Amino acid sequence: MANTGQPVLTLHGITHHYGAKLALDDVSFDVAPGRLTALLGLNGAGKTTIFSLVTGLFSAQAGRFEITGRDMRTSPSQALEPLGVVFQQPTLDLDLTVRQNLMYFAGLRGMSRTAASERILSTLMGLGMAERLDERVRALNGGHRRRVEIARALLHEPRILLLDEPTVGLDIPTRRAIVSYVHELTRTRGCAALWATHLIDEIEPGDRLIVIDRGQIKASGEAKAVMASAGAASLAEAFDKLTAQSPELAT
Amino acid sequence: MSATHYRRAFGAILVREVLRFWQQRERFLSALVRPLLWLFIFAAGFRAALGVSIIPPYATYITYDVYMLPGLAAMIQLFNGMQNSLSMVYDREMGSMRVLLTTPLPRWYLLLSRLFAGVCVSLLQVYTFFAIAKLAGVDVPLAGWLLALPALIVTGMMLGALGMLFATTIRQLENFAGVMNFVIFPMFFVSSALYPLWKIREANIWLYWLCQFNPFTHAVELIRFALYRQFNGLAALIVLASLAGFGTVAVAAFDPSRGLAKRGEPAAD
Repeated sequence: MANTGQPVLTLHGITHHYGAKLALDDVSFDVAPGRLTALLGLNGAGKTTIFSLVTGLFSAQAGRFEITGRDMRTSPSQALEPLGVVFQQPTLDLDLTVRQNLMYFAGLRGMSRTAASERILSTLMGLGMAERLDERVRALNGGHRRRVEIARALLHEPRILLLDEPTVGLDIPTRRAIVSYVHELTRTRGCAALWATHLIDEIEPGDRLIVIDRGQIKASGEAKAVMASAGAASLAEAFDKLTAQSPELAT
Repeated sequence: MSATHYRRAFGAILVREVLRFWQQRERFLSALVRPLLWLFIFAAGFRAALGVSIIPPYATYITYDVYMLPGLAAMIQLFNGMQNSLSMVYDREMGSMRVLLTTPLPRWYLLLSRLFAGVCVSLLQVYTFFAIAKLAGVDVPLAGWLLALPALIVTGMMLGALGMLFATTIRQLENFAGVMNFVIFPMFFVSSALYPLWKIREANIWLYWLCQFNPFTHAVELIRFALYRQFNGLAALIVLASLAGFGTVAVAAFDPSRGLAKRGEPAAD
């Protein structure tokens, strides 16, 4: 996959309200190919709202965003094409098998049955799930279901992988394995990953980091640089310092 | 997006609906039990008392069970349309609707594909019902089965679009029971499914006009005429217009964010 270095996802001044409540306030950032960008924020910070906007589930009330240069407002189908999404909430059909779930998605993406079968097998092998192909999703544990969701997001070889808190509810070894797998993907395939999380230990020093708090971007840059600019010895300390500056917390 | 992509996406949606239907075989049985009870118990009781005189599309006197058959086929489609919309509300709450809606195809196409896939499942139920009725001696011309197919597709789409319209307005799954009581049963009873319109008119003119304004009446009549190799132009026009109206409003109003929020509070963070 070509790694041009140009941002593959760019948000410009996105503002979003739920009724009177401000969820996102003039949010701008971009996501580069070939690396993981962590969107770090507490619950309610606005991470899922950003994902819902980028995936076209919500319409942007103000601002605009581009996915590989395509504006979601004018070319929604083309903009969605390079995205692979792992939603925070499980979205697999529990009564269907792993294969049936993945074939469904492959069909939605316009893949032929032959190409889909090959991709499903190779992707599941990469995730250590090939032997579970014909099991019903209901029979899988949480970690395995998550792997299937990641496999599904990768089937069409997306240029951008969006992962909304993909490790929520998983045990520590499974979390580590998934974090490591996605980091590896960005390095080997050159795809971009936008990883929303509230777990600081999922972020590596070389990752790009965006700190969001109550709908506002508080800092962005390489994780090491964010730490340095916050004058903190650790990422956790930097996060505490950055999010403590919000007026709501100050009062 | 290429035509092949559109075709494959529809194929995937159809296969998923059929697989889900196969996984829920009790749904198939319950969908059949309801009309069969009406046919073999309700209609059998009235069969002796109520013959239906010669009215179009019938060329001769018919028994009451023969009269009821098209209405019961439409009833299967009505329940299936509501079941399909219930499934859409469930998918929206459970999140799987997001997978569908983040597909790089127009939303109207995805929703209509989902609707049409639901209709295909309802056709399996309707034709199984016809076969059982035929075995039990309720006589409908076999050629009519084939000619009724386009009518059944259009009526199924119209009733499914109505269900989708309800799915757009319902915030949560538990609110769906109200739809069953306040929509399905009035639609079925205030129609020509059980009694011919001329009999209803004799009994109560207001009820007659209510039946006329009910699109379900025209769905029943379209199927009835098609089963006897006749075309009811007025019924077809009203069913198509209702399909266009319900479908347009439902697609325009479909809001995937409804399932993301609980009782007014944004669940999305």
